[in-house]
Amino acid sequence: MEAFLHQVFAGIATGGIYASVALALVMIYQSTHHINFAQGEMAMFSTFIAWWLIQVGMPYWVAFFLTIAISFVGGLVIQRTILKPVEKAPVLTNVIVFIGLLVIFNSVAGWVFDHTIKPFPTPFPKGSFIESKYFSAHEIGTIVVMLCVLAVLFSFLRFTPVGLAMRAAAQNPESARLVGIRVSWMLGIGWGLAAAIGAVAGMMIAPIVFLEPNMFSGILLYGFAAALLGGIDNPWGAVIGGFIVGVLENILGAYVIGTELKLSVALVLIVVTLTLKPNGLFGKAVVTRV
Amino acid sequence: MPDLLEVKGLTASYGATQVLFDIDFRLAQGEITAILGANGAGKTTTLRAICQAVKTGGNVMFDGQQLVGKSTESVVRLGVAQVPDGRGTFTALSVEDNLKLGAYVRKDRAGIAQDIEKAYTRFPRLKERRNQQAGTLSGGEQQMLAISRALMLRPRLLLLDEPSFGLAPLIVAEIFRIMRRINEEEKVSMLLVEQNANIALDVAHHAYLLETGRIAVSGPSAQIKNDETIRRVYLGY
Repeated sequence: MEAFLHQVFAGIATGGIYASVALALVMIYQSTHHINFAQGEMAMFSTFIAWWLIQVGMPYWVAFFLTIAISFVGGLVIQRTILKPVEKAPVLTNVIVFIGLLVIFNSVAGWVFDHTIKPFPTPFPKGSFIESKYFSAHEIGTIVVMLCVLAVLFSFLRFTPVGLAMRAAAQNPESARLVGIRVSWMLGIGWGLAAAIGAVAGMMIAPIVFLEPNMFSGILLYGFAAALLGGIDNPWGAVIGGFIVGVLENILGAYVIGTELKLSVALVLIVVTLTLKPNGLFGKAVVTRV
Repeated sequence: MPDLLEVKGLTASYGATQVLFDIDFRLAQGEITAILGANGAGKTTTLRAICQAVKTGGNVMFDGQQLVGKSTESVVRLGVAQVPDGRGTFTALSVEDNLKLGAYVRKDRAGIAQDIEKAYTRFPRLKERRNQQAGTLSGGEQQMLAISRALMLRPRLLLLDEPSFGLAPLIVAEIFRIMRRINEEEKVSMLLVEQNANIALDVAHHAYLLETGRIAVSGPSAQIKNDETIRRVYLGY
């Protein structure tokens, strides 16, 4: 029983990371109806930046917040320079751009930081006061950090004028322009936020999976599964989906299919969701007037 | 009165299809000008052309400034608000958030709060529903919300796209009464696009008749209203 609970709680911790990756995907999907396939690689690159900052002697939390800031600006710049020109292009054009970004980030990371697997520090070391019977310190820390990210993001969207403008732009871009909202910049801010959220997820997962250019290939898949399961247009759904996927993955991996086949849980979830409930658990059914 | 809006040789097209051909009209400061015409005449496109939401050519001078070539957002920031075709409601947001968005480019918090209260006095029904999702409002209420949202900009020019569309006659009358009051009391100039010629000619000072992308007739509303031939040929009543 104890071992089982351990698995569940470990699942909740990684679930928090999947939740934030899913949230980053949903942020961009809501306003552009595109899935950013490069989300994971961008997060990986951010994590490398954090690693480098720590290597040159910065304290962990300074590097942590600096990385978030750099990632936000990076995401914004990528949207303004690379995606803005294809804003009105067909979906497939955008998908190709995303895949291009994925490959570029992956290769550049390997080229600049090389492919050897690197350990990444956790700010919540073993034996610190938050450790408890069922949670390791890093697991608790991860959950707390992720909940903070969610709280900050939701209050930003809910209580600030820019957040309101972003929601308006996502919902009805044409009408948003008519009240003077620079819709294209709102997309840029959305990209910045998504990149920042990804960076936090990367820094939280890196101590567990270690740092290397391909660290996110599996995580992004879990993120997709979480976003689809929760409903790709619903941020709350994405978060809940993330936790469900995390727990399911851990329990099935430990007791049913073994750790080698864990990733297939994500694939099965994606296929099952898309066939049985395409809008996810909390997504809105798409109704088109014909 | 000097012209607030002067349009010369305006053309507009969607892709390869040209919809407006060399349109000229003007709107004097403080007046209501109506553009009338049947379905597909180019009324909505005329408004979209003024706020640069469609590919345009020619000249659109607003208070001495050329609007052609500017972005829609920049045109709005000059003080041109629009009540768009289909009302442009942010359906998933609350009524109050919709109003706040109307004042997005303004920075004076106190003034914004004041104007929200003013909108509620003007349309008490919006106040009752202030926290409701705007998509749940009736058509008439959404039209009131669209007008209120546009006024939140404190616009110098208000563009109205068929405010009577799909509404019961009583509600249309109420909305037009309030529009006229806003024009008289707050001196907001208005460019009104309508299919309902009868009611539009009642509030407008000047009117232009649009026929397949060209101006066919223009003149003071009273004159157009009383001209038997124009009425029969163009307005069909």
